[in-house]
Amino acid sequence: MKEHNLRAARVREQAMHGLFLAAACASVAAVALICAFLFANSIPAFVEIGPLNFLLGTEWRPGNDLYGIFPMIMGSIYVTAGALALGVPVALLTAIFLARFCPPKLYRLLKPAVNLLAGIPSVVYGFFGLVVLVPFVRNAFGGNGNSILTASVLLAMMILPTIVGVAEAAIRAVPETYYEGSLALGATHERSVFFAVFPAAKSGVMAGVILGVGRAVGETMAVIMVAGNQPRLPDSILEGVRTLTTNIVMDMSYAIGLHREALIATGTVLFVFIMIINVLFSLTKRRSER
Amino acid sequence: MRRAKRRDPLSVALRVLVWIAAGITAGVLLLLVGYILVKGIPNLTPELFAWAYTSDNCSMMPALMGTLAMTVLALVIAAPLGIFSAIYLVEYAPKSSKLVKVVRMTSETLSGIPSIVYGLFGYLFFLVELRLTYSLLAGACTLAIMILPLIMRTTEEALLAVDPMYREGSFGLGAGRLRTVFRIVLPSAVPGILSGIILATGRIDGETAALIYTAGTAANHPETLMTSVRTLSVHMYVLSGEGLHIDQAYATAAVLLVVVVVINALSSFIAKRLAKG
Repeated sequence: MKEHNLRAARVREQAMHGLFLAAACASVAAVALICAFLFANSIPAFVEIGPLNFLLGTEWRPGNDLYGIFPMIMGSIYVTAGALALGVPVALLTAIFLARFCPPKLYRLLKPAVNLLAGIPSVVYGFFGLVVLVPFVRNAFGGNGNSILTASVLLAMMILPTIVGVAEAAIRAVPETYYEGSLALGATHERSVFFAVFPAAKSGVMAGVILGVGRAVGETMAVIMVAGNQPRLPDSILEGVRTLTTNIVMDMSYAIGLHREALIATGTVLFVFIMIINVLFSLTKRRSER
Repeated sequence: MRRAKRRDPLSVALRVLVWIAAGITAGVLLLLVGYILVKGIPNLTPELFAWAYTSDNCSMMPALMGTLAMTVLALVIAAPLGIFSAIYLVEYAPKSSKLVKVVRMTSETLSGIPSIVYGLFGYLFFLVELRLTYSLLAGACTLAIMILPLIMRTTEEALLAVDPMYREGSFGLGAGRLRTVFRIVLPSAVPGILSGIILATGRIDGETAALIYTAGTAANHPETLMTSVRTLSVHMYVLSGEGLHIDQAYATAAVLLVVVVVINALSSFIAKRLAKG
């Protein structure tokens, strides 16, 4: 009887071990499936359009069978660059403030506020952009308001909490001796933080910025509501653009045949971009941990 | 000393700069939340909560129900997978196992993939390959993959935070690994796991891009798994895209904002209680 129980226990133990192992493989399977389906489904587009015509073609006119996504690639780069230019300085200074300047009472308010900013859905950001930023840009700078500038401002707001979170942790991880050593040499609190502590947190801060880039490049719904979505190379930051992400959402509902395959290939290009950014992120993070 | 500090113009400038930056960050949040709430709350009318959606009343009731069903279904799929794989990584896998490295890498990859790519994949896999229609099921499966890494990571952290003494004590008393995991480790990790699941709920409720081409945008009540539904976020997107019902859009944005804020606050409250012990 006892031996029977023991054997049952051993079988149960083995079975659950197998189950846990299988669950652990789920994420591996998910990544494999995502890669397989995206790549396999975009091969026809790459073959029929030609990789160079597809990636470097400047005309996206599905009606005329012209599928060049160069304007979308540049669009993604423009809005991301704009978001970084506006967002990174504010984010880094806020991170420094939170880590080294903030009075504890204020910290208890400001830190949850930053976290809250990260939790707001992108469609709410997009709506805010639509009803507040678009009219503002239209009145202040001209144009119709749906522009690179508007999208950049909105994305800057969205990547703020991402960068602040990672950068603050990096600054806090710098050994206190850096700060104390600098103070002992006669530097002020501000100079010590900016010229001794902050440079030491460089790679961690960089990791935060790269994470922000990933968020900005991948953002879809907020951008689609404020960027105008015209598939052409813009001449100024007050003109509209279409990004890789929005290209998929704009056309997917009615696309068929080669047009649809070109959209899937757009997704693959986006996916490869994000992969490169992710690899950069983990390399930088590993360096900062060392 | 004090006077020297004041006299250094660079230090003063730097101090002013960080305060301005913090002010901007706080200002962005106040502006966004304040604007949406002030414009949205006065527009909340009983009609907006009517049971059935018509293009006149723009009721968010089907969307609320759709969100609820979507959240429950996605969690039912993702939570066991995520928790079990975290159990494997922390409790079972040998320390230097290759598999652990691969799983960590893939889950990091998953958490970096933009939601539109999930939407595209969900469309290609669940709709084209498996022949589902726009449905609750296809949307929930897509979202389950999306939140998997989040649940895995938070559960892993919660399990690692359990004092190793508990495990040793349990093994010392003759309990097997399985019993130790379920009777000793998991119960003490519950708050951490819960906080992760609530965080995942927040991501599901805020998601739009992954759902448009998997669950569709129809304003149905979620009657079966194969019904096409819209969540509150998708509803919000459709409303603001039409541009006709701007008052209703404000009200819907306010409701969505409050829902997500409450969910996030709940998660950090539970996490904080965990930290206190």
